[in-house]
Amino acid sequence: MSTITAHEAIGQALAEEMRRDSTVIAFGEGVATKRHELVEEFGRARVRNTPLAEGIIAGTAAGAAATGLRPVIDLLFAPFICFAMDEIVNSAGKLRYMSGGQFSFPMVTLAMTGAGWGVGAQHNHNNEAWFVHSPGLKVVMPSNPADFKGLLKASIRDDNPVVFFLDIGLLYVPGEVPEGEHVVPLGKAAIPREGSDVTLISYGKTVHACLAAAKTLEGEGISAEVVDLRTLKPLDEEAFLASVRKTGRAVVVHEASRTCGVGAEVAATIAEKSFASLAGPVVRIAGPDVPAPSSYPLEQAFVPSAAQIVTSVRGLVGK
Amino acid sequence: MDMESRRESARALFQSMVLIRAFEERAAAAQAEGKAPGTCTSVGQEASAAGVVKALSSNDLILTNHRSAGHLLARGADPGRMMAEVLGKATGYCKGKSGTLHISVKELGVILTSTIVGGELSLATGVGLSVSMQGSDAVVACFFGDGAACEGIFHESLNLASLWNLPVLYVCENNQWQAFVHRKETMLADHISPRAASYGMDGVTVDGNDVEAVNEAARVAIAKIRETRKPFLLETYTYRTRGHYEPDDQTYVDPEELASWKARDPIASYKKKLLAAGTVSEADLAAIQREVETTIDGAFLFASESPYPAAEELLTDVYA
Ligand SMILES: Cc1ncc(C[n+]2csc(CCOP(=O)(O)OP(=O)(O)O)c2C)c(N)n1
Ligand SMILES: [Mg+2]
Repeated sequence: MSTITAHEAIGQALAEEMRRDSTVIAFGEGVATKRHELVEEFGRARVRNTPLAEGIIAGTAAGAAATGLRPVIDLLFAPFICFAMDEIVNSAGKLRYMSGGQFSFPMVTLAMTGAGWGVGAQHNHNNEAWFVHSPGLKVVMPSNPADFKGLLKASIRDDNPVVFFLDIGLLYVPGEVPEGEHVVPLGKAAIPREGSDVTLISYGKTVHACLAAAKTLEGEGISAEVVDLRTLKPLDEEAFLASVRKTGRAVVVHEASRTCGVGAEVAATIAEKSFASLAGPVVRIAGPDVPAPSSYPLEQAFVPSAAQIVTSVRGLVGK
Repeated sequence: MDMESRRESARALFQSMVLIRAFEERAAAAQAEGKAPGTCTSVGQEASAAGVVKALSSNDLILTNHRSAGHLLARGADPGRMMAEVLGKATGYCKGKSGTLHISVKELGVILTSTIVGGELSLATGVGLSVSMQGSDAVVACFFGDGAACEGIFHESLNLASLWNLPVLYVCENNQWQAFVHRKETMLADHISPRAASYGMDGVTVDGNDVEAVNEAARVAIAKIRETRKPFLLETYTYRTRGHYEPDDQTYVDPEELASWKARDPIASYKKKLLAAGTVSEADLAAIQREVETTIDGAFLFASESPYPAAEELLTDVYA
């Protein structure tokens, strides 16, 4: 094990995959500047800065992906993906189907989001659910450095377009990453903590709020299991259904706004597929339906906290 | 060119235009008879498609848009499988999953056909990047309309292609219409090609109704791209003489303008030119016309008799 940040884990994943496969290339606004070590090892043809024009960055990636390259693009902040929606959603997501399977789009789009930097709603928008709702895409949002590395490697190897969200608050937090080849398959949730009374289902930064809440609850004699979804599309239904069948209670937690968020899909899936095992309603704890604020206390108030989760679980368990 | 190769080239260009016209008019007629869904035709613009596509080599790639039948047929696509795709049949080039608007034929190098106006422009740079990183000498031809040239992605695409030296032949088919809006309502200048200068790129406008002029201009552009590996913008100045989409009664079109362009019909003009020069005989051209009619009859029959996709196809080809 080595202790590195998610930012470093991403760098390792890129370098290892570029070394392994000469068709992997990386570009975006400042990619060659921020990842200078990649330029030194792989050269300017494979690691490029681009104009700040997200549409053509994503379109170029889709066109290149369909014709033999495996691009990783960095669109910086998630709200900027609005300029690349057409290329990601209409081209990369649909042209395989519409061509009767003639093309594939092995490309990864990186985008940062989440509270922590006080940058406000035009830099912070947890819009991952938009892409979960778009056919033909995969969506990933890791919670720790090991997963950042392993999931990015799997995303680069995947033959489909992957939108890979980086929760800003996690980027510079160190964590343990296994030495050597470390690939985490897409579509597989993790259970970072086992428990028997309630299932806390989350992804990204709020996984840590769930883990903190579970610790507090343990002191009160409530055993909480935590499911880290890791991949939002395809969603590992089996993992959270199995957990809920065991615990009988579910709380879904994410920072993204509540309405039509990933939590709604998780809650509906539980209601459809394991209603009988529920001892109470599925609870959602999510960001409000407002643009993300920049003032520190408001920004923090936007994000689900461990305290909120604890209160909610107490209510569910009846303690 | 000696007389014989001149005759061959003329026959090929003429045949290609006649085939495109016959295919699209049949698709439009089928729509009118309730046998086919609506479709976008390029009637009046055949010289642009035939002239450019016939100038490409077999390893070159083509990206096109909703008005693509001409590009596909000029490239050698089978009219039967094209018509089957228009009718949503399983024997279509995309297994019936494209329909008329986004037919790709990877085996012919016609790839990523997109009906998002400007979509082809956003993808062409990536295809150019692949070609250039693979060290191939192929050229990527990207067809788009005057409407697409009003989108931001047009500028993003040309800027990046020139910055990265991507071998893209941008072909703007300026057909004076952007669906139901006349070009003059959307831009001050008459021409798109001068925009190339902003990107340090060559830009040329050619009479898009003169198939030989288009073919020659495309050859020059392609030779230049092969030599310099730099992009080039070619504008084919032409006119969409049918509606935007079938059916379209064209009541919004100025009848005088329409008549003036119909008088410059690319097929009729070429026929007149060839006969006047004695390059080919009237009988020769008539034979081509008859052959095309037979081909289109066969294509429509094949498409009509083909099965629809099986219900399971609804859920396939989403992920690789
Ligand atoms: C992004 C987008 N906006 C609008 C449309 C609807 N639409 C389809 S074709 C067309 C006109 C395009 O004009 P132009 O680019 O000149 O191409 P033409 O149809 O004349 O060949 C429009 C508006 C679309 N398909 N995509
Ligand atoms: Mg037009």
